[in-house]
Amino acid sequence: MSGEIELNKFTAHELIEKVDKKEITTQDILNALNQRIKEADSKVKAYVRLSDSNLLDSKLQTPNSKLPLKGIPISIKDNICTQGYNTECCSKILEGFKPPYDATVIRKLKENGAAIFPVKTNMDEFAFGSSTENSYFGPTHNPWNLECVPGGSSGGSAAAVAADEAILALGSDTGGSIRQPASFCGVVGLKPTYGRVSRYGLIAFASSLDQIGPLTKDIRDCAMLMNIISGFDPCDSTSVNVEVPDYIKALVNDVKGIKIGIPKEYFTEGLDPEVKRLVEEAIDKLKDLGADYKQVSLAHTEYAVPVYYIIATAEASSNLARFDGVQYGFRARNSRKDSSNLIDMYKKTRGEGFGEEAKRRIILGTFVLSHGYYDAYYLRALKVRTLIKHDFDEVFKEFDCIITPTSPTAAFRIGEKIKDPLKMYLSDIYTISANLAGIPALSVPCGFTKKGLPVGLQILAKPFGEEMLFRVAYNYEQNTDWHKMKPKL
Amino acid sequence: MAINKETLKYVAGLARIELQPKELEKLSGQLQDILEFIDKLKEIDTASINPTSHILPINNVLREDKSADSLSADQALENAPRREDNFFGVPKVIE
Repeated sequence: MSGEIELNKFTAHELIEKVDKKEITTQDILNALNQRIKEADSKVKAYVRLSDSNLLDSKLQTPNSKLPLKGIPISIKDNICTQGYNTECCSKILEGFKPPYDATVIRKLKENGAAIFPVKTNMDEFAFGSSTENSYFGPTHNPWNLECVPGGSSGGSAAAVAADEAILALGSDTGGSIRQPASFCGVVGLKPTYGRVSRYGLIAFASSLDQIGPLTKDIRDCAMLMNIISGFDPCDSTSVNVEVPDYIKALVNDVKGIKIGIPKEYFTEGLDPEVKRLVEEAIDKLKDLGADYKQVSLAHTEYAVPVYYIIATAEASSNLARFDGVQYGFRARNSRKDSSNLIDMYKKTRGEGFGEEAKRRIILGTFVLSHGYYDAYYLRALKVRTLIKHDFDEVFKEFDCIITPTSPTAAFRIGEKIKDPLKMYLSDIYTISANLAGIPALSVPCGFTKKGLPVGLQILAKPFGEEMLFRVAYNYEQNTDWHKMKPKL
Repeated sequence: MAINKETLKYVAGLARIELQPKELEKLSGQLQDILEFIDKLKEIDTASINPTSHILPINNVLREDKSADSLSADQALENAPRREDNFFGVPKVIE
């Protein structure tokens, strides 16, 4: 019995090996996970609607042990459609929604033998947030310090992986929502190149910025997942028809001659000194391993946050127009004596169904697109986006990758930033530009603060440069022990 | 750029969101701060720059005009808060 409990602590690739050797069955893995969730999730709250579900104790679909993932369970963020399993974006307005179809990534995972965990992971409502405090179901707690946030918006997925309540997880990243929680929780998180992974079935926040990506315990698991979820999809008109390489082959333990650019704008005031030290030590480590680094400039970095909060909110206001009480989810009760009309229903449903941050962003987005303001805000932001992308294009002409801290600080306390939206937005400063430029970006653990909170190293590459990310991150990871450390829960 | 309460009410109306008086009050202050911050973008001369509305160089993605499987009416109506026959039931639209 105690042998089973430990199975949840392994990586997917280790478990696949054990299944292959017939040392364990995938039911053993599921039992271990269920046990761990029962023990730990009342404290971490990585999962939502847990008590509603009896599915936790039931067998998942019988895994085909001939398929690559051998029935390994994977946990899914609440904004990715899973047929027949509630998908609510952690919002009241989508309560009870059971999608009639699977997202393309879910279909691909099933085809490769993954067992889709029926209970979803917690997130900021509609992915609006950097702390998972905006969830309708309340916040997730960082497994490394339960009084701290896990980051957001994929905080549930990151915390679940960190706490060994999940073997593998999927999240989504629009402005850092995979990478920042990965950094705060001490796990690996990747935002693929825009168009690399299909968005079909991802409930949209900002259509030109969103990507689904993996949250895993190590780089090998991340590469393995990317092999499965990547690829052109005719159901997503923004997916790109570029061949998917075997990302496992990129796991080469060698960075000799790799040229790393260190952007000076990411190392100014506002960066916590402990984070700065750990990141600089990581860069020095890579230099010891044979890479070269040099300072570069991404001159328009200071404009990234304002550009993002115009474009992302504008796109969100459009994407969230569909939540109106008509086809799915919550519909406000008509409380007026006289019969109210359709527009009243929309207004009341959206007023009651959306949380505070959702309303704030939708209204801001509507404003920047409205007549008289469109040019001054939205159009201007699109132009500055061009400049931001151009900054990266120039650097990648000479450098193989760019390295920065993932976040200016380690995990902050629950409640610390939630009352000040602008303060919260500014914490996205290092992750946001990658979404604006459409480039791939990965966060890998690079140490702990004195208080024991994880810190993440962010690596950026040119479009479709995931292999470079994996190579650099793998080399770093295999020459450090961060990925072997576990929180004491 | 000022966003007074009247503008805020108007924009909320466009977004079909009913805000309570306390929300209006709070939001007005917060949006004011955010817009002031966003005004930073005025520092840049963007006159000769092309906007990036889409990060990938792909245009006019089309498909074959062939019909394929789609959701059945039952599937599409599965989550309906109110269903009437094969329709989503809604309050009347006042002309």
